[in-house]
Amino acid sequence: MTRYTDVAPRDLEPRCREAVAAGARMQFVYAWYPDGSRALDDTQPMEQTPTAELRYIVHAAGEHAPQIWRCRPGAQPVPSLAPIAPLLSWHEREVTDLCGLKFKDQPQPGPKVLLPGAKAARPPLLPGPPAPLTYVREPYILPEIAGAAPDVQLLPFGPVRAGVVESAHFSFYYIGEAILHYHPQLFFKHRGMEKRFEGLPPPLGAVLAERVSGVGSVAHSLAYCQALEAAAQCEVPPRAAWLRVLLAELERLYNHLHYLGHLCHTTTLKVGDAEGHYLEELAKQINCRATGSRFLRSLICPGGLRREPGLEGLAEPLARLRAEFDGYAAMLESSTTHLDRLITTGVLGKQLAFDQGATGPVERASGIDRDPRRDQPYGAYRELPPRVAVRDGCDARARQQVRIEEIEHSIELIGRVLEGLPDGASRAECRPAPGSEGLGWAESPRGSVYYAVHLDARGRLARVKVKSPSFSNWRVFAHTVHGTNMMDYAINEASFGLTIAGCDR
Amino acid sequence: MANKSVPLWTLYGLKQGKATVPWPAGERASQQGFLGMPRFDPGKCAEGCRECVDACLPGAITLQSGGEARLSVDYGRCIVCQLCVEACPTGAFAASSDWAFGARHREDLVWSRAVASADGTALAGEIRRVFGRSLHIRHVDAGSCNGCESELQALGNPLYNLHRLGIFFTPSPRFADLLLVTGPVTYALREPLEAAYAAMPEPRFVMAVGTCAVSGGSNGGGYSCANGLEGLLPVDLYLPGCPPNPAAIIHALLMLVGRMPQRVRGGRIAEGSERA
Repeated sequence: MTRYTDVAPRDLEPRCREAVAAGARMQFVYAWYPDGSRALDDTQPMEQTPTAELRYIVHAAGEHAPQIWRCRPGAQPVPSLAPIAPLLSWHEREVTDLCGLKFKDQPQPGPKVLLPGAKAARPPLLPGPPAPLTYVREPYILPEIAGAAPDVQLLPFGPVRAGVVESAHFSFYYIGEAILHYHPQLFFKHRGMEKRFEGLPPPLGAVLAERVSGVGSVAHSLAYCQALEAAAQCEVPPRAAWLRVLLAELERLYNHLHYLGHLCHTTTLKVGDAEGHYLEELAKQINCRATGSRFLRSLICPGGLRREPGLEGLAEPLARLRAEFDGYAAMLESSTTHLDRLITTGVLGKQLAFDQGATGPVERASGIDRDPRRDQPYGAYRELPPRVAVRDGCDARARQQVRIEEIEHSIELIGRVLEGLPDGASRAECRPAPGSEGLGWAESPRGSVYYAVHLDARGRLARVKVKSPSFSNWRVFAHTVHGTNMMDYAINEASFGLTIAGCDR
Repeated sequence: MANKSVPLWTLYGLKQGKATVPWPAGERASQQGFLGMPRFDPGKCAEGCRECVDACLPGAITLQSGGEARLSVDYGRCIVCQLCVEACPTGAFAASSDWAFGARHREDLVWSRAVASADGTALAGEIRRVFGRSLHIRHVDAGSCNGCESELQALGNPLYNLHRLGIFFTPSPRFADLLLVTGPVTYALREPLEAAYAAMPEPRFVMAVGTCAVSGGSNGGGYSCANGLEGLLPVDLYLPGCPPNPAAIIHALLMLVGRMPQRVRGGRIAEGSERA
């Protein structure tokens, strides 16, 4: 069970220091307005602006369930915990941008999820109708260059870039081939997704969660529904729990195949590029035949599944895919021209990966043996513990290896689901009580997704917080670019397998 | 390990054979099982019921008075979530595989008993002469969930192999004939989107791909988004879908250049047109 602890602002730093020293991972922090749902109710006028409450989600080493620290600062200053747990830095700045709550001694002050020059008349996440942002473009926050300044060139790139890619703006300070400093300006795609949940009846939130990060639809709706199921203390029928594992692993499969094709694209391995994307297409067609959606959407709902996927005829194309993949993987792992570009590219050390919050295949390729499916098991992963792929190469090669192995594990897991699938209902009643709350998580193809859900007095959604894996990994990624070279950049970026929609939300 | 990778890959590629499906003959085979826009049958719609209206997140289904039916159904807002099909007690909404929802006029996406628009074939003839064998696209992501990008990227895979149809993505808007927009248009991407459009030579076309770009869908409005291209750019072709599948995107592109007919009229695949 999730443990709740009230923490006074002055106790945050010592507690955090103690937890981090004991190997805990500070997952994220968010703010919500416990009295906010009254603001939505016209019959009760608000005398004053509701006050925000902070929630710190902490995973102690070796513990299954997370701890949640509650902190109601009121008028007291809240210390930034980023100097102790650096990965919290972006989360704190997001709280400042969207909830108006400031942190004392934030090491990197300044807007984060709102672009410089974007102004909100009221904090966007304050309950009530949203006021559109006003925006006058301002320069991005970039370091000053001293010393050999005339030799240093600045390459701005984006937000509209070549090819069919997501929008973001990158600044490279470089001399010749050498990158001195790299700054990704993300959040052009910030759509205010968390705000959109406000006021919705809980079942509709699952449809919205599928549209936060399209290629992570299953993981997002799963984490969302598990948060609601925790709030309602409802038990998902075994059959639905097993089928959810099937969906989550099918999602990992097509994403990882896409990843390998794209990685080959950046190392200019043309046949590998075509083959990876071809296998991804086969996987998406398998998804489509089984669920009606190439992105496995419209099945997961609070309490289980809306309908059963079509399982007949699934095993045979998967076996063919597996056979073709084995040959492809063997080719990738023996192609020296390809491997030469990956080995020692984008090095992310184990300590850095942990401190900055790397998640998913990225952290597992840096030697961190962590996977919520095994370590904080949810749903049917309790009965179907996955094998976890870990490498300590810390480079793009290791990240490829982890993904290749995860594809094999996913296909095995799907096989285990198909063999042992229990009979029975695939949906249970899930009615979270008004005023209840819950936390849910899932391991997406890119790492851990968290949803924190709060319901209002009418049983509608009051606040939904989304922690996406790409938000975590984009923060980490920049550290692997400083001091490298231009030729390796695209390969390094592909080896991280990032999405921007998930990060920007 | 010897450096044997390059020749082996060539052999490997040749051994895989040809994956590309013939077009349009292969379009249906590649999308087996696909759940598209639910079909609306107003004859089955029950008086006093509003189950589907409450289940529709993007507000594509609304009650109306004085229209042809009790409900106004706007497929330009539909995110294909199938909740209306599950909510409807009388079967007025039925699941279908209809995905070829590319339309030249926005009103063609709204359910209507009568076919609303002229089909614009005269215009299409001229477009076909100029662009029918070579169309260059500049894609701009204006805040998508990445689902549409995933399907646009799929157009380059060996199965769809878009190049063989004479259609290419180009990095520079200055070489582009078509601006293909995804996403509901965030406050931060509005200016870059307009700059890309301004940089294109005339004649130029705009295509809204995905329900977000068509109308905002479930992700439009709010504190940081517009409602897709509504009121921002003149749109030549609307393709709702969440996301539209690669076959739907190819159909819409070929339709734009006059190589395929429009299939949707009055919010449904018109009878007599080639079934999707």
